[in-house]
Amino acid sequence: MTTKPLKLKELAKGEDRFAHGHRMCAGCGAPIVVKQVLMATDYPIIASNATGCLEVSSCIQQFTAWKIPWIHSAFENAAATISGVEAMYKSLVKQGKLEDKQVKFIAFGGDGGTYDIGFQSLSGAMERGHDMMYICYDNGAYMNTGIQRSSATPFGADTTTCPAGDVIPGKPQQRKDLTRIMAAHGIPYVAQASPAHWMDLMKKVQKAFEIKGPKFMNIISPCNRGWRSRTDDAIMLSRLAVDTCYWPLYEIENGVTKITYKPKEKKALIDFLKPQGRFKHMFAKENEWMLKQAQEQVDAQWERLLKEDSAVREEKPAEG
Amino acid sequence: MGKIVAVTGNEACAQALKQINPDVCAAYPITPATDLMQRFSSYVNNGQVDTELVLVESEHSAMSACIGAAAAGGRVATATSSQGLALMWEMLYIAAGTRLPIIMPLVNRALSAPLNIHGDHSDGMGARDTGWIQLYSENAQEAYDNTIQAFKIAEHMDIRLPAMVCMDGFIVSHSIERVEYIDDADVKNFVGKFQAVNPLLDLDKPKSYGPLILTDLYHEYKRAQHEVMTKVPKVVLEVAAEFEKMTGRKYSLFETYRLEDAEIAIVVMSSAAGTTKDIIDQYRDKGVKIGLLKPRMFRPFPYLEIADALKHLKAIAVLDRADSFGGYGPLFMEIASAVTSMDTKPAMINKIFGLGGRDYLPEQGEHVIDELINVAKTGKVQTVKEYIGVRE
Amino acid sequence: MSKKFWETLPQGSVVLEAGSSAKFKTGGWRSMKPKWIEENCIQCLFCWMYCPDMSVKVTAEGKRAEFNYDYCKGCGICALECPGKKGNKAIVMEEEGK
Repeated sequence: MTTKPLKLKELAKGEDRFAHGHRMCAGCGAPIVVKQVLMATDYPIIASNATGCLEVSSCIQQFTAWKIPWIHSAFENAAATISGVEAMYKSLVKQGKLEDKQVKFIAFGGDGGTYDIGFQSLSGAMERGHDMMYICYDNGAYMNTGIQRSSATPFGADTTTCPAGDVIPGKPQQRKDLTRIMAAHGIPYVAQASPAHWMDLMKKVQKAFEIKGPKFMNIISPCNRGWRSRTDDAIMLSRLAVDTCYWPLYEIENGVTKITYKPKEKKALIDFLKPQGRFKHMFAKENEWMLKQAQEQVDAQWERLLKEDSAVREEKPAEG
Repeated sequence: MGKIVAVTGNEACAQALKQINPDVCAAYPITPATDLMQRFSSYVNNGQVDTELVLVESEHSAMSACIGAAAAGGRVATATSSQGLALMWEMLYIAAGTRLPIIMPLVNRALSAPLNIHGDHSDGMGARDTGWIQLYSENAQEAYDNTIQAFKIAEHMDIRLPAMVCMDGFIVSHSIERVEYIDDADVKNFVGKFQAVNPLLDLDKPKSYGPLILTDLYHEYKRAQHEVMTKVPKVVLEVAAEFEKMTGRKYSLFETYRLEDAEIAIVVMSSAAGTTKDIIDQYRDKGVKIGLLKPRMFRPFPYLEIADALKHLKAIAVLDRADSFGGYGPLFMEIASAVTSMDTKPAMINKIFGLGGRDYLPEQGEHVIDELINVAKTGKVQTVKEYIGVRE
Repeated sequence: MSKKFWETLPQGSVVLEAGSSAKFKTGGWRSMKPKWIEENCIQCLFCWMYCPDMSVKVTAEGKRAEFNYDYCKGCGICALECPGKKGNKAIVMEEEGK
């Protein structure tokens, strides 16, 4: 199949594979992520979904927003569930009971269902080498159950289970760097993307679908309820996350790291933190150390990524 | 006429799966079921089956992958025991609620703590409310026969429910017994071609599996699930009749042994029923009118049919190879429920035996029968529930 | 014999009609309403790409058309992301019902 051109005018003529009438909150990032992923390709797609905001809001009673075959079974097992679907497809095609239509398999999960409770299932499915892509829409907390901290919650954030208290001012720990952990599985393709950079996101999806085997994409997905921001700023915040290097856009293809978008000027992390109520307490005089620490964490990760970036390595001539 | 072999229960079940040739199996090793899927893996790797084998990282993922595969639209099987079944707990309900005919040999084993790998029914009893059909097997032959019948029952268009085929860990799973295998072609013909219902792999008609159903419809879905369970006994009997035609081996919802003219009886499941039959023969020789009832189908439980078979008795002892702590044994509770429909109620006692693989010895059965004779004579029950075979 | 209501439910709660959420109109959630000012529109289609509710209509030629107010929840992403023409936005938010 030829990769479809990513021209907005052409894309807009296509039919949505994720329908309106879903019940995500106004201004949620997740449906934007889903529509962009599904729009990137014309391959038939079958998806599984971990329990969470996207799942409960996209399929209620007789109302489903999905125009592709879709399955939700539980919270921690989107990867295992789709691996079963993929195995059945493989089996029936192999036995000649089903025509091979180059079906692509996706598992969608939020950060809770991916970084935390679904991590084992994800790791197992990746190791087994299923021809599937796992897509995490990362909004940085258990938003569906009411904004509890997850291992994806950023340092310092105020959530309902790590509230900004007088003694403990928000989440004390750094976020788990899941994208790297997935790369450490040695799978052929791992990427990080943002819905603000739709072209970059779709190119990654397209590239991933041309690769046989397990793929993982981590996509930032703002949640105005949990982030305590405005309903209109999901794209603005995803862009700021990238421009502050809080959420770098990169891919690791067969072990080779490539930063796919480098901000011309790296913005200060506070530009990303300031519009979000969950970080408000960090701007208080006594908590300024938190802002400093958060910035240091981002800087360290960005520096490390720059060192690993293949483009940078290529530019530098070998010493000696 | 099939082939007569000397095999273990696990080997017999693996043979049944090989003959049925499921499209997908997803499995995770656990003692004592390990050997079953281990054997099946060699069939896969030697090209003796077409099955796509998914070797997952946990039983939770095993059942999740089975659910995905079954929803996709094909024949699916797995096997497990004990802690493995416990880890699947969440997914068992989802498999049944989604009406997916997954077949799972369950090699019954005790639950931790303390850790124990031997046979009892704690695992299967813990899963009795999950919506799965449960068939219990006395020996390797029954485990083999039940596995083959389970596919036909579960995949029946009126049913479409998952089913567990239970056999006692080690006692049956690892003991070599005489088993009569059915010819491959006959098994294939008996189970028939798999018919998919709403397959996820149908790209022309995309479906959504697993919606959120709230207060306005959940109750109705459960009502429908209850209804389908009421249809299971009829299908189990139809399948058994067809199976008998093919093999000459008779199956029903339960088995009775010298029960028709009995005054007292023992109700017990699985391998212990075999031992009990021998003890009953000894007491019959002494003139004691005793019989046995061995439930085969524990879910759905055939209350009325069992009540009818027990209605003429003066006293019944129910032997449970599991306990419900703070309650009576799970089998006792079912028999007691069945008894409520009788006009004259027999006196009942409950014995908990054989936990964690403790041998069920003839002396234990004799002790129970001696007590039962006394209960029948006096009509008085001293202690309803009691552990037997305990080191004191 | 007529079936009872619960007997008519799809087996295993499978949803058989793809995209049936279109029957559930979310436009009523809106408190702010986006207004499209066509003369300021440069047809960049960012509003279409970023709309979480698939509520920006596009013509068969791939040109931006009116909002689909049946589903638009009024989040305002389109208005914020709209580059407009010479500093004039092609989408502005107005209070619903005004």
